[in-house]
Amino acid sequence: MTSRSVIHVSGIRKTYGRTVAIDDVSLDVDEGEIFGLIGPNGAGKTTTMECVEGLRTPDRGVISVLALDPFRDVYTLQNRIGVQLQEAQLQKRIKVWEAVDLWASLYPRSLNGDRLLEQLGLSDKRNAWFMTLSGGQKQRLFIALALINDPELVFLDELTTGLDPQARRTIWDLVRGIRERGKTVFLTTHLMEEAERLCDRVAIIDHGRIIDIGAPAALVARHCPERTVMLVTDEATAGERFRAIPRVTAVTCQDRRFTILGRGDELVTDVIHCLSENRIRVTDFRTELPNLEDVFLKLTGHSIRD
Amino acid sequence: MLRGLLKLTWLEIKIFMREPLGAIGTIAIPVLVFVVLGRFLGRRLVATSSSAPALIGIDVPVFASVMIALSAVLSLVTIISIYREGGILKRLRATPLRPYTILAAHVLVKLALTAVTLMLMMLAGKRYYPVGADVRLFPFTVALLFSTFSILSIGFLIASIVPTARFAQPIGTVILYPMLALSGLFVPVTALPPALQMVARVLPLTYAVSLLKGIWTGDPWSAHLSDVAALVIVFAVFTALSTKLFRWE
Repeated sequence: MTSRSVIHVSGIRKTYGRTVAIDDVSLDVDEGEIFGLIGPNGAGKTTTMECVEGLRTPDRGVISVLALDPFRDVYTLQNRIGVQLQEAQLQKRIKVWEAVDLWASLYPRSLNGDRLLEQLGLSDKRNAWFMTLSGGQKQRLFIALALINDPELVFLDELTTGLDPQARRTIWDLVRGIRERGKTVFLTTHLMEEAERLCDRVAIIDHGRIIDIGAPAALVARHCPERTVMLVTDEATAGERFRAIPRVTAVTCQDRRFTILGRGDELVTDVIHCLSENRIRVTDFRTELPNLEDVFLKLTGHSIRD
Repeated sequence: MLRGLLKLTWLEIKIFMREPLGAIGTIAIPVLVFVVLGRFLGRRLVATSSSAPALIGIDVPVFASVMIALSAVLSLVTIISIYREGGILKRLRATPLRPYTILAAHVLVKLALTAVTLMLMMLAGKRYYPVGADVRLFPFTVALLFSTFSILSIGFLIASIVPTARFAQPIGTVILYPMLALSGLFVPVTALPPALQMVARVLPLTYAVSLLKGIWTGDPWSAHLSDVAALVIVFAVFTALSTKLFRWE
């Protein structure tokens, strides 16, 4: 992956009346990556994204997208980016192929609409009215419209909100497919699982401010180094043996079930070593790793679902 | 961007025709009302006075035309507010489509529907309205499209200000129909009390009615330059205001 930055945002702020939607937001998105802006509803994700797309003007700060100013060069930029907006709709009675055909006619360069619909699994819905599509089909159509001009950079705002788990997985595969075509993806989500599975890097935003940016695994390692091992054994001396492991910070036992807390990736290996050296027989062994959700909770003091 | 404009216009016509009441409401019903009215009044008039045919021959076609124009304006207001509420305008805005292209497409749709409705109405009504139906149809169509175009700009302004689709139609009706009462369509402006005459003079619809009536009865365009000028000013002022106030979401 190259490190050429396709989006550069520096210190932007946007207020609506007295409400500060985003403040001092800075981030860089690199070419060819899937970059996620994650945070709860109302955190400022959409505002940030719409400033980058040129749909809103920040009160202050600097934005450059594909080396263009999204406000001044909005029409040049629109030919090179693809956009999916949160909660956007189309005309109720527009047919799928008509929407794709209209969008294709708006750009100087466009992909073959029929092939695109086929790739997105919408071929048999070609003649269906927009209003008759399911949530997942609508989102796939919006992806098709975002890709029709073969853009270098694709924006996806809360793409899978309201979809069932299966439709969500289909969409994730499609988004990975966009990256495989060499495009950059900038998405927002409030689903931590989505961010973790899909994004190369994420920026965590809360109350209009960026809290931290990094690869999901790196953020977890940085903010939540705690590891937990849970196991079940009859061995009476096991508790003392576990406490003797250097990385272990706490051991609790309840009805033969031990919970071992410690820090760092080595903890699990250390516990396994301890078990084999002391010939401790276990009937159950589980590990619990922190995830982005835990990172969010730790950094903001509240759950993302609140 | 011409390709986009034509494509969007044609698409919007097709979509409009798919609406349950689209074609019936805007085209069939005015034509039907016109024919029924003509049939009903026409027969009676032949039997009664001799001044009546002038009334029917002039006022009913002009009245029907103004109603077509007003329904086009109201339907534009409704469509724009539905599109805004549903995020359709916003989605279109995030494409290379320029704002005015989107609005222009809707204006073209409304003008096309107005022209088609008028044409059908005149064809259907030919039997009942011998006056004018043969000679002045082309200039009258031009006058109607011109008036509609001008009044549509009032629709733009209403659509720009009205917050939700639910209020769009009622507010449009409340603004437009009182104008109709003073426009000289039912009572000549000169017959109104002086105070109301003043009001009528600033209402855009008055000039549209005056132009339409004049052209229908055979006046040359040169006799209505002031009406044309007034309608151009209305268009310029309201379009300028609505571009200032227009909201995409």
